[in-house]
Amino acid sequence: MKQRVFTITENAPLTERVSLLRLRGDCSEIQRPGQFVDLALPGFFLRRPFSVCDWTGDELRLVYEQAGRGTASLRDLPAGEKLDLLTGLGNGFDLSRAGDAPLLVGGGSGVSPLLGLARRLRKQGLRPHVILGFGRAEDIFLTEDFYCLGLTPTVTTEDGSFGIRGLVTAAMDVPHSFLYACGPLGMLRAVSEKSPAPGQLSLDARMGCGFGACMGCSIRTVNGPKRVCKDGPVFDKEELLWDD
Amino acid sequence: MGRLSVNLCGIELDNPIIPASGTFGYGHEFAALYDINCLGTFSMKGTTREPRFGNPTPRIAEAPAGMLNAVGLQNPGVDAVINQELPKLAKVFHKPVIANVSGFSLEEYAEVSAKLAAQPQVGWLEVNISCPNVHGGGMSFGTEPAAAAEVTRAVRNVTDKPLILKLSPNVTDIVSIAKACEDAGADALSLINTVLALRIDLKTRRPVLANITGGLSGPAIFPLALRMVWQVSQAVKIPVIGLGGVSSAEDAAEMMLAGATAVQIGAANLKDPFACPSILRALPGVLDRLGVEKIRDITGGAHG
Repeated sequence: MKQRVFTITENAPLTERVSLLRLRGDCSEIQRPGQFVDLALPGFFLRRPFSVCDWTGDELRLVYEQAGRGTASLRDLPAGEKLDLLTGLGNGFDLSRAGDAPLLVGGGSGVSPLLGLARRLRKQGLRPHVILGFGRAEDIFLTEDFYCLGLTPTVTTEDGSFGIRGLVTAAMDVPHSFLYACGPLGMLRAVSEKSPAPGQLSLDARMGCGFGACMGCSIRTVNGPKRVCKDGPVFDKEELLWDD
Repeated sequence: MGRLSVNLCGIELDNPIIPASGTFGYGHEFAALYDINCLGTFSMKGTTREPRFGNPTPRIAEAPAGMLNAVGLQNPGVDAVINQELPKLAKVFHKPVIANVSGFSLEEYAEVSAKLAAQPQVGWLEVNISCPNVHGGGMSFGTEPAAAAEVTRAVRNVTDKPLILKLSPNVTDIVSIAKACEDAGADALSLINTVLALRIDLKTRRPVLANITGGLSGPAIFPLALRMVWQVSQAVKIPVIGLGGVSSAEDAAEMMLAGATAVQIGAANLKDPFACPSILRALPGVLDRLGVEKIRDITGGAHG
């Protein structure tokens, strides 16, 4: 973890509720896709955690959804504004376990970290199968970035206004060696149950500190209590308990 | 004896800056960021007899100039603290540490305290009779003078190590509770724990926290903490450790002028993991501006 000042280079809506935030700064602490940053917002006490969508040495891309007053104020920040970030938080996805046919499943804003993951799997010479789920056609974002990686994501919409009608599980009948998924808890559970393969799931949580000190975001697992921020946010699917 | 050193119950601290229990874990997250031996000491995560998961999530909420938590004393239990956390801590922290104790009965307070006090690394026991987030324990011992005195006596009976009672602000008269603890054998007091609070989610029209209520901390409670430290330090002879929203070296100096011998830093660590070293770097400059050579000389300076 490092504390670094980043400068906003772009802050633009992608859909009605989802925006892209492009930042310039030192990304050296980010080692794996699925890690996150914790962003201090002017006027708010607690930092806001966002998973890393994609990054290079000095450019960081985040995607954020309008959730409350914090994210609403973030949407108003113009390019040039400086932000205090804790970077390189959390464990991230383990790329070494992908096998020869990894499956990536994302729902809503959970699509975001799968882009950085897909790019790095491509660098390993793999061609992951990607399923991206949204509510409606107008909620779709980031799919063209997967095309730029030479991938053809399968898109599902709940109302059938684009792609396959239904939830991501409706498109999951593809053989795969390993599952990587990020999205709402209900989706993660359904995806996890549908997939016969081992896998890793990235969880969202309301956090206090973001680096393991406050115990605010703990979950119960088969290996005892774990902090989503420090021991996760990526957990082996076999480790999670769904009965809470 | 350095410019920043203070004496807490017979143990010399290099400086009065102490991360507060529940905001610093068992030290490891911060030891990965900076040498935590720069601190006066720190207060470990509140420890109970049995392992506890704590309350259901969400258990953190935003507040104007602060935050609410309803963690509810998640900890691995006293035996794991002794067998795992303290040996790990010994590798990165070489000063006496404060062991924070919670309980649901007098017997539990005494048993956990006895076990922790027997550890050579433990310099002080801080007995939490003020956690607002557990039911049937914690704060219920700290809201009434007779009960607070009972806990103090129960722990006093099992250790000669310095005994700090951590007090709740969620009371009508904190001074009467402070005096009861002093009379029952406490060596010091720390105050304040968090302030019982609530947030409601406008979208769901339900409380944000699964526990409904939580404890408010951060700059929002600083003036309240300062007022209570001022009142208590004038009413007792034992040292007072001031905490509650301290975020800067100036806040720390203010807390000491109000009567604190040392200062704990809580929520600030969660917002800025480097809050304590930043405060430490700024403290000598604050003393210069006050025209004071030694920080120990400002304790209670505002009382006139």
